Amino acid sequence: MANMSSIDLTLQIWRQRNNDALGNFEFYNLDDISTDMSFLEMLDVLNEKLTKEGKDPVAFDHDCREGICGQCGSVVNGIAHGPEKEVTLCQLHMRNFKSGDTIVIEPFRSRAFPVRKDLVVDRSALDRIVQSGGYVSVNTGGVPDGNATPIPSETAELAMDAAACIGCGACVASCPNGAAMLFTSAKISQLCLLPQGQAERKQRALSMVETMDKEGFGNCSNYKACEIVCPKSISIRNIARMNREFVTATLTEG
Amino acid sequence: MELNSHIPSGPLSEKWDNHKFANKLVNPANRRKFSVIVVGTGLAGAAASATLAEQGYKVKTFCIQDSPRRAHSIAAQGGINAAKNYQNDGDSVYRLFYDTIKGGDFRAREANVYRLAQVSNNIIDQCVAQGVPFAREYGGTLANRSFGGAQVSRTFYARGQTGQQLLLGAYSALSRQIHAGKVEMYPRREMMDLVVVDGKARGITVRNHITGEIESHSADAVLLCTGGYGNVYFLSTNAMSCNVTAAWRAHKHGAGFANPCFVQIHPTCIPVHGDYQSKLTLMSESLRNDGRVWVPKKQGDTRPPAQIPESERDYYLEGKYPSFGNLVPRDVASRNAKEQCDLNKGVGSTGLAVYLDFADAIKRDGEQTILKKYGNLFQMYEKIVDTNPVNEPMMIYPAVHYTMGGLWVDYNLMTTIPGLFALGECNFSDHGANRLGASALMQGLADGYFVVSPAVANYFGSTPIDKVTADNSEFLASRERVNNRISKILKNSDKGPKGTVTVDEVHKELGKLMWDNCGMARNKEGLKNALEALPAIKDKFWDKVYVPGSGKDLNQSLERAGRVADFLEFADVMIHDALEREESCGCHLREESQTEENEAKRDDNNYSHVSVWEHKGEDEAPVMHKEQLAFENVTPSQRSYK
Repeated sequence: MANMSSIDLTLQIWRQRNNDALGNFEFYNLDDISTDMSFLEMLDVLNEKLTKEGKDPVAFDHDCREGICGQCGSVVNGIAHGPEKEVTLCQLHMRNFKSGDTIVIEPFRSRAFPVRKDLVVDRSALDRIVQSGGYVSVNTGGVPDGNATPIPSETAELAMDAAACIGCGACVASCPNGAAMLFTSAKISQLCLLPQGQAERKQRALSMVETMDKEGFGNCSNYKACEIVCPKSISIRNIARMNREFVTATLTEG
Repeated sequence: MELNSHIPSGPLSEKWDNHKFANKLVNPANRRKFSVIVVGTGLAGAAASATLAEQGYKVKTFCIQDSPRRAHSIAAQGGINAAKNYQNDGDSVYRLFYDTIKGGDFRAREANVYRLAQVSNNIIDQCVAQGVPFAREYGGTLANRSFGGAQVSRTFYARGQTGQQLLLGAYSALSRQIHAGKVEMYPRREMMDLVVVDGKARGITVRNHITGEIESHSADAVLLCTGGYGNVYFLSTNAMSCNVTAAWRAHKHGAGFANPCFVQIHPTCIPVHGDYQSKLTLMSESLRNDGRVWVPKKQGDTRPPAQIPESERDYYLEGKYPSFGNLVPRDVASRNAKEQCDLNKGVGSTGLAVYLDFADAIKRDGEQTILKKYGNLFQMYEKIVDTNPVNEPMMIYPAVHYTMGGLWVDYNLMTTIPGLFALGECNFSDHGANRLGASALMQGLADGYFVVSPAVANYFGSTPIDKVTADNSEFLASRERVNNRISKILKNSDKGPKGTVTVDEVHKELGKLMWDNCGMARNKEGLKNALEALPAIKDKFWDKVYVPGSGKDLNQSLERAGRVADFLEFADVMIHDALEREESCGCHLREESQTEENEAKRDDNNYSHVSVWEHKGEDEAPVMHKEQLAFENVTPSQRSYK
């Protein structure tokens, strides 16, 4: 709550009734926005204003507002989750903007993410990637004691680095190819690094990559835009690991 | 309303095993004949869906978000308790049970809490097997840390993202069952009503958030795993879509609501700083392992923290509670923070904050060690507040966090409606009047992975269940009720916004009323005033709120309005419950009931019970029933953390 001040803004927001309708940008003026507000609180203020004016509020996805659920996310001035590094849209604060700025707000755009309304997109393709193999097939109960399988702390940390992915889809939205490889590789990496993930290691790599292609995501061509916008700093080294896993699996299983 | 807790007989440590043996089972080949609806995909819901599907039942799972992975369990930071005693520091199932019962101020059921402590160990094994990347020691064994209310290190963690990792573990198990065709997953659905046929829960009515369509779904049992109702206060640490609607609709169909006034106030949240604020952010309680809480000794001292010398700082928790120090339980820490601020010793621009200082820990262990433990929390704080906790102490203040009240359930997690189960935060059963840290994750997963499946089997094995499909008249009637309610909420939408108020404005008004009168401290007069003030806010909602748009497509204003309408009704029973409980216990401080040292004073002679409320009709006062609590293994004593 340092430097408390307020700013005046022009918002240029993508409005689209549903997936079948054509969308367009609308302009809104918003004055006296506290720089301590989060970006989503700024949108709340806009929506209260629009409601009072009898206009349709802007639909946007959000839930925890703590940067962890992965539900929020829009492209702000061309950058997924906005200009600040390593934050989700809900943790972006208005102190990153100046009075008089025009802020362009668009949904995450990708062939695999159809727009449902305004800034709300359908990211269920990411769930289907996980469903095709992003797990260890173990039923509840009848498992060994947690300490029966020692895991070096460096390995656990490396697995955790990958596991930190929140599935927000910013990587897809920022990739010129619309690739979901950062997302997919994070899950593949987490599980292939750990002893628990070994039994299904090859099958997992094959089926998750196959689902990724089937859902309409593109391929990685090393633009690295995904890593730059990732709110959880998931490294593209995971993509290299996934490629190795996939190639090994193809050569030995395929 | 009959309240039979079905606590099994026998010694405490054998109850769960005896019960499982006495329970009816369902033959594996017959399980596919039974269907189960699970509402919610947090720890309890995702774990229950996966487990029941693995066992062979047909499962339909619903969640309000766009993906089952978004449930609010994901936001839990600190850790999950288990009585593994890996640290050899004197832990045991009995000690975890004892700490939890004591931490809950002796307002929970002994048998349930003991079972929770027993299965806690299975949870860790289960999650490790799923590939949850828990923190490890250098030798490869699981690492532990300590948490408020405990003198042993029994908390397992995955950085500051334990809830996320446990939820993703459960979500992956759920995903596997979706892929296998054993679970039908319905995201972006909100449960609007329960369907009861011949006295049994047989299905739900949901609204599809994308299309606006009202859908009916039938099953042989319904599991509510819909979390807590903390958003009744408007500002809380809950995610925006946490709500009471599913539980409240069940309550209106006859499910008893237990201890609705038991709300946990979490001591380490980032303080409120503006009236536009939409939610509060919690900083993990684990920070109190190394952070020291203090305020200036002098009232109204506005100097920046660095200019206040050591001799003029009051480390009030360490002074007052020498054996637990900064790690006193949440209710004690919260109340003491409020007390300091009420004494005009609060810090920051609003005076409603205290310091949580890491300077000594950084001096002792080095910056790198502290950042390794809490780095992501420091970063989160800095993003929100714009100051770095390495250089300047954090500011914290208590906020509404977790609700210990919920639907009343018996030992089988079944509500007073046969076939309707409530799991996790949605039920009332294990935390008493206060929840210790790292025990919510434990309860959610215990219920979902280990407790509910024998309970569901027992229900199916012992209850005749007729075939019912979604074209039954009760389903039609339920859809009509839901449609009517939506039309009523949208009735002003054609008239336009002239002279009207928004949903959020009413919600804020309700939230302030509840925080001021039914919050961290309560008294009879305030509660009575709140009860009198409530109808006017309700009238304002129904007469003046303008909800734009229609019910036929994605309409987030409509979604919010429906939830606030239910919070308005629910607040009434919450205040009734707080009024009735003329004792202090856990996070619930009744100002009339304090010791001479201003500590909360419990009254075991008159209030050693669960208050269970029955809905009597729209305009009638709710009626309270009591489940008397029996303590056969522990002796309720004054909680002392000194």
